[in-house]
Amino acid sequence: MELHQLTIHELQKLIRSKEVNSSEIVKSVFKRIDAVEGSVHAYITLMKEHAFEEAAKADRCIREGNIRALTGIPVALKDIVCTKGFLTTCGSRILHNFIPPYDATVVDKLKEAGAVFTGKTNMDEFAMGSSTETSYFGITKNPWALDRIPGGSSGGSAAAVAADECIASIGSDTGGSIRQPAALCGVVGMKPTYGRVSRYGLIAFASSLDQIGPFTKDVEDCAIMMNVIAGHDPRESTSVPLDVPDYTAFLSRGIDSFKVGIPKEYFIEGIDPEITEAMRGAMKAIEGLGATCVEISLPHTEYCLAVYYIIAPAEASSNLARYDGVKYGFRADDCKGLLDMYKKTRSAGFGAEVKRRIMIGTYALSSGYYDAYYKKASQVRALIKRDFEEAWKHCDVILTPTTPTPAFKIGEKMDDPLQMYLSDIFTISTNLAGIPGISVPCGFTRQGLPIGAQFLAGHFEEGKLIQIGAAFEKHANAKQRRPNL
Amino acid sequence: MKITKEEVEYVAHLARLDFSEEEKVKFTSQLNDILMYMDKLNEADTAGIEPMSHAIALQNAFREDTVKDSLSHELSLSNAPEARGPFFRVPKVIE
Repeated sequence: MELHQLTIHELQKLIRSKEVNSSEIVKSVFKRIDAVEGSVHAYITLMKEHAFEEAAKADRCIREGNIRALTGIPVALKDIVCTKGFLTTCGSRILHNFIPPYDATVVDKLKEAGAVFTGKTNMDEFAMGSSTETSYFGITKNPWALDRIPGGSSGGSAAAVAADECIASIGSDTGGSIRQPAALCGVVGMKPTYGRVSRYGLIAFASSLDQIGPFTKDVEDCAIMMNVIAGHDPRESTSVPLDVPDYTAFLSRGIDSFKVGIPKEYFIEGIDPEITEAMRGAMKAIEGLGATCVEISLPHTEYCLAVYYIIAPAEASSNLARYDGVKYGFRADDCKGLLDMYKKTRSAGFGAEVKRRIMIGTYALSSGYYDAYYKKASQVRALIKRDFEEAWKHCDVILTPTTPTPAFKIGEKMDDPLQMYLSDIFTISTNLAGIPGISVPCGFTRQGLPIGAQFLAGHFEEGKLIQIGAAFEKHANAKQRRPNL
Repeated sequence: MKITKEEVEYVAHLARLDFSEEEKVKFTSQLNDILMYMDKLNEADTAGIEPMSHAIALQNAFREDTVKDSLSHELSLSNAPEARGPFFRVPKVIE
């Protein structure tokens, strides 16, 4: 085994016993990046020089015995979190030259824990997409099949972990943007409860849905990352002032008395038969671990996609109004007056999918249409949340497929936005209800493409997800296989 | 038709976007497809349901109004496409 192939907890053991230091780990990771980045393209910006400097500092801490939760561990950041002094593009031409003057809270917390940043990962432009094909900086490939998409929008962060181009990474999830690429790349991805992780310094897409979370090689690493990034932030008014449990304490609890809800509305026509088969296997495995599977109903599931594609674009159209070529980022040349500058800058700075969503959102919020679209969607959103509240009376966690199909081919859905939107069909309700969700590897298709199982729990019950994820993962033992790069 | 080419032009203006003729035609057709799909929501009975804007019960987050460090002029202007002195520079607004 090479160092870049190991997990956080495996590397921590080697660091504590002084068998390896951070510089050696960082060297191994960058050697791997040199070898495979040309074919995967997981990163927009590499922070190689900075990483070696930070590794040297970590090594001093290790020698002094000052070892924190992530001391010396190489972590990649989605290019949507602001990094002081380092390019932060959000995958867009309009921010192609933006160097934030401050760090996001999640970046602060990771630094405080001793993490070493490897770089900023590729993503769909402004996190709008399910395939990482809308990035201004080129396409990321799925490490398991280079002619396929890695999922999105955090496709670079998922691919970087799957290809061992970092040990763990940070993503953001507005409608599935962590869990969907985690499933398609065969890694673990968690979207925490809305308000659990501070969004300060996260470039906003849809503020009532956005949440930051980790990508890791296993569930234990997910618990370690959550311990670092969760918690209240006085700089972020929607972050929740609740105590954060030690998530690693849930790893070995088992799921003996768990009731696992299987929503009948999620096993619909159009799911790939191999995914259905994998889900049946997952249910069997869970029952083998002592839990009981019970059928539940989430009756408003069929409306989730329509609700999401009104609310998210509406919030985005407002959030993205700030990109006007005045204070930062791209500005178009040869402008005749201010209005002309706004229009030329935004038209040349945003890509097609971002413009499409700004248009949907602006239309849905415009005079005469507000009640029919935004208000109606907000009402149905309340019903979707109520569905989950009802479900928790009958089960502890819910199991669903993370995605309806395995990774699709590059270019396959680019000309059909609705088909692209359908790839988020199982992940969107989580964001609308604000609950946490995790995607855990659940086997492979016969073609060798990863499949993900999604577990959902009530608000602030990430611990239960760690608990069932860890038990399930041990059983599935999916870690054995690696992409052949 | 849910949305006409003229409406697309109007919404584009509200959103401060410009489209070529070709783009307008493509967007009108794509937005129509998407808005037709949204019609599904009319099947849901929402009589008496309060619209929901946030998933978690939020209270106002108040704090004492104290002086803290803030960004310097230099740092604030460091990303500006054009700046002069302590100001962002834009094309002439008033003729």
